[in-house]
Amino acid sequence: MPKVSLSHFEAALLFALFTSIVFGVVSKRTDRERVRYAAYCFAWFVAALFGLGWLMFLAHR
Amino acid sequence: MDSPKPKEPAPPPGVWGPAVGLAWLFPGAGHFWLRRYGRAGWLAFAIVGMYLLGLMMRGPLFHPERGPDLLTTLIQYGGFIGHLCSGLLYLLTLWLGYAQPDAPGAVHDYGAKFLVTAGLLNILAMVDAYEIAAGRKS
Repeated sequence: MPKVSLSHFEAALLFALFTSIVFGVVSKRTDRERVRYAAYCFAWFVAALFGLGWLMFLAHR
Repeated sequence: MDSPKPKEPAPPPGVWGPAVGLAWLFPGAGHFWLRRYGRAGWLAFAIVGMYLLGLMMRGPLFHPERGPDLLTTLIQYGGFIGHLCSGLLYLLTLWLGYAQPDAPGAVHDYGAKFLVTAGLLNILAMVDAYEIAAGRKS
């Protein structure tokens, strides 16, 4: 098994991507709704990532 | 005021058992059994992808053992239950001798989270397979 070394940002983005896909697939009833919900979840994950990142940056100044 | 809706009777295990069992065994297999091929493919891609990335990040596995305090014990048991929900992926990992010690570092830590989360996402896939098999969802 190859070893990968990702940055915090890359790992969090991949986490958000995979989780959003599953949330989209299991949550809604039509394909269109699933795609929209997966994109919605992904966008919120990324927004939270940037928000918490800035919060931690400012808290440690 | 509306009267409460009567509770639907649970379908017999013979209806949903194979789908849920397959969904546990391999991510997406329950949906594949139910002929939801597209959704099966996406679930397999996301959950297996997350699990494999966890292994490639050398995430340590949790074991059902007591720790020095209650929190550690809860984390160990909770993580182990999450691993069990990955089905064959976790069993293969054990059988092939994967034994990564818990090492300091962000990548290892992310790896551990990816491995557990893959199992937790598979629980959602199992519930979805149950709802489809029971006729509560298309």
